[in-house]
Amino acid sequence: MQFEAVIGLELHAQLATRTKIFSGAPTAYGAEANRQASAIDLGMPGMLPVLNEQAVHYAIRLGLALDAEVAGRSVFARKNYFYPDLPKGYQISQYELPVVGTGHLEIELDDGTRKRIGVTRAHLEEDAGKSLHEGFARMTGIDLNRAGTPLLEIVSEPELRSAREAVAYMKKMHSLVRYLRICDGNMQEGSFRCDANVSVRPVGETRFGTRAELKNLNSFRFVERAINFEIERQIELIEEGGEVIQETRLFDPDRGETRSMRGKEQAHDYRYFPDPDLLPLEITPALINAVRDELPELPDAKSERFQRDYGLSAYDAGVLTGSRELADYFEAVVAAAGDAKLSANWVMGELSGALNKAGLEITQSPIDAATLAGLLLRIRDETISGKIAKEVFEAIWDGEGDADAVINARGLRQVTDNTAIEAMVEEAIAANPEQLEQYRAGKTKLMGFFVGQVMKASGGKANPQQVNEILKRRLDG
Amino acid sequence: MHDHTIAGLAAALERGECSSVELTRAALERIGQAADLNAFITVTPESALAEAEAADAARARGEAGPLTGIPIAHKDIFCTDGVRTSCGSRMLENFVPPYDAFVVEQLRAAGAVSVGKTNMDEFAMGSSNETSYFGAVKNPWDRQAVPGGSSGGSAAAVAAGLVPAATGTDTGGSIRQPAALTGISGLKPTYGRVSRYGIVAFASSLDQAGPMASSAEDLAILLEGMAGFDRRDSTCVDRPVPDYRAQMVGTDLRGLRVGLPREFIEAEGVDAEVSSGIDAAAQALRDAGAEVREISLPNAGMAVPVYYVIAPAEASSNLSRFDGVRYGHRCDAPADLEDLYKRSRGEGFGEEVKRRIMVGTYALSAGYYDAYYHKAQQVRRLVQQDFARAFESVDVIAGPTAPSTAFPLGEKADDPVQMYLSDIFTIAVNLAGLPALSVPAGFGGGRPIGLQLIGNHFDEGRLLGAAHGYQQVTDWHRQRPVVEE
Repeated sequence: MQFEAVIGLELHAQLATRTKIFSGAPTAYGAEANRQASAIDLGMPGMLPVLNEQAVHYAIRLGLALDAEVAGRSVFARKNYFYPDLPKGYQISQYELPVVGTGHLEIELDDGTRKRIGVTRAHLEEDAGKSLHEGFARMTGIDLNRAGTPLLEIVSEPELRSAREAVAYMKKMHSLVRYLRICDGNMQEGSFRCDANVSVRPVGETRFGTRAELKNLNSFRFVERAINFEIERQIELIEEGGEVIQETRLFDPDRGETRSMRGKEQAHDYRYFPDPDLLPLEITPALINAVRDELPELPDAKSERFQRDYGLSAYDAGVLTGSRELADYFEAVVAAAGDAKLSANWVMGELSGALNKAGLEITQSPIDAATLAGLLLRIRDETISGKIAKEVFEAIWDGEGDADAVINARGLRQVTDNTAIEAMVEEAIAANPEQLEQYRAGKTKLMGFFVGQVMKASGGKANPQQVNEILKRRLDG
Repeated sequence: MHDHTIAGLAAALERGECSSVELTRAALERIGQAADLNAFITVTPESALAEAEAADAARARGEAGPLTGIPIAHKDIFCTDGVRTSCGSRMLENFVPPYDAFVVEQLRAAGAVSVGKTNMDEFAMGSSNETSYFGAVKNPWDRQAVPGGSSGGSAAAVAAGLVPAATGTDTGGSIRQPAALTGISGLKPTYGRVSRYGIVAFASSLDQAGPMASSAEDLAILLEGMAGFDRRDSTCVDRPVPDYRAQMVGTDLRGLRVGLPREFIEAEGVDAEVSSGIDAAAQALRDAGAEVREISLPNAGMAVPVYYVIAPAEASSNLSRFDGVRYGHRCDAPADLEDLYKRSRGEGFGEEVKRRIMVGTYALSAGYYDAYYHKAQQVRRLVQQDFARAFESVDVIAGPTAPSTAFPLGEKADDPVQMYLSDIFTIAVNLAGLPALSVPAGFGGGRPIGLQLIGNHFDEGRLLGAAHGYQQVTDWHRQRPVVEE
């Protein structure tokens, strides 16, 4: 029997507000335990939540970017359960009436086709604290710095059909929230997290199979591995005559498998009800319009513009618009260097390669856009060849100054003087009579050999085009 | 000093007949003499005298307001910076907050001197003050009787003249019912008039702080000191605080339209002496020129069952934070997390609190939510609509505050349903978020009877004016119990 997977993702984006969603405590990561928790975050008696306006604006931004309905009225609800790192004994979330309703996101599949994935909803909620199980003899430590950090939970429709699609969707959303500057997207620090609901069914079946919820998927790679493992597990189970049970499963990256964490019978009854400490959240059309006015150009629109205005391929445009910072960098290079194709090749080639190797983000690049453009201009005006440019690039990277400084200091200016090149050509021919003979006997492949000899003699600085022309004329003549 | 009102004492301070330090010493002395009432959980003589000295100094600089130097007491549900706030529970027996409630801040800023924290039903759950972990409070009029609850300590302290005024909170009648049972005046303001910041939450959509004193005029002075916008409470309404006392000067009752709800008058289980007391009060209002007419609140009978779904549901969630993890009672040597939760909460909470947590948890459970909590919210709207309709034709609504006078200690302690019916007339007001007060209106068997007056939203000015007008033509509020010394 052929099976297909049915996958839906719940993404948690930590909103990049300065302060928490219901208190004035800072949200910065990495402070000493419990130093960024106010009396409200600690759930002290008599403390009341006050909603962070910025978090609401961020939710509206995402809603608009997903072409979703932003609710004129949404309601905060309490999700009740006991856990030591949940100070109030309930989490303030949204349940029946979320701030963002149905929307969609387009992803690109491996074969280049596009697929529209429905977004069911997105709602605002507060994060819990952290339980620390190490370093406390027979006790658990509690760090409430993270408690009350604003989250936007983004729930997809179960419209993803493979781990690859799930990852493509997650990456697209990851790029989007960073474009919108509503989330820093740092997955190591837990700023962007994923739970996956996975089920399988025979191809052709329209009903859903029983699903498992996968947790602890804190990288794109884990998401792909965990979903693939889970699909295999469920198919094997069914083929052996077994039955998938509804449960929560934890991904163990060391063993590459998912393990049962909590079955349905142990599932919590969260006793959701509207939080009486918070009034319903009302969002006016005027506010929505104000937020819309400050929306940046979104990735899809930017990619289309890059193809249209710069004549880039869909692939190149996709890579260059992968993040807002990279796109901005590219546009700054084009503006100064004037050649979109050349700029794209250098940004995606040498620069991205060097950044990757050094483990740096585009914003941390030691070569800024103006400096890179300066190098490209020297290629364009034939001061240096593309090959020499790579040497110059490395020197700039290593801090030897800008392109002109490196070219001058190292004497890399391209030789374009015909007389000088002709002299070098004569020398190369005179030094290699055997090869000349073979060439003239029809072994024209030796052209490359002669070009190499001349370039070597010039220290790589001779203009390759001129070398070719002169050589050809002399050899054939 | 115990026969004086805030207004009277402020005048005496202004004339230099006494100092705040003297008043505060006298209050502390009387609190000690009346220790058998058990009205206080914590008395703070040192900080009280320091505040009194500061108040006298402020007065000497010419910076005195109507509350400067007046000794008051706070219900032990208001968080007080550096002073134990127990909420009448073993759970918070040793809890010392690092912050003041808004009400405490406001009254401190107004110059009032806090002498201590008054006894109350545990987490404000009770109508007799018998659920307090710190023991029952006695009614100064009859030491065998309850003072009402949950603000029973504040009520007894004012009634016995230990302090001229005190703060309370009212979720289903917890200011008005004890005010009625101890013969004092008590006001529950409109929901949102006074910030809930720093009040240990019972039922968030119903809780409201208010003043307890011996006259409507004093309620006005105190409310003005307590009210005001506070952005730390999202349900607090940003509305200017009027000069309530100025509004009541020269108030008379001519033309005031007073509605008597048929459902309150004809309710079952109302003591005959309470009914005749309210009849007499209605007559007094008529005699003073008010137009008293019968009205109907058809859904009033649903208020108690609706309340006993909504309030416990909210409480079950609000009280989840008391888990033995960060503060409050923690059991000895827990074996594991489950044991920590079960024993800390099992030991820290009393019977009535546990009962309401159970009821509330049940009402919110999957499969029951629609039948209980959701339905209760729908009926709550019907109760609100009843009042909205009534206020189209009347200015205030009058009736009994409680169905009986103070009942004997222990009489209802084991019968929660009978206890819940003590609040039959007060609960609907909380469900509708309206302001209401109780003023003394006679005696039955030597125990006070309370007249409840209910106003429209944010119409405290007119409500206090009506109560003041009534107190101009009666002297029940001047009656004092004999407190043996």
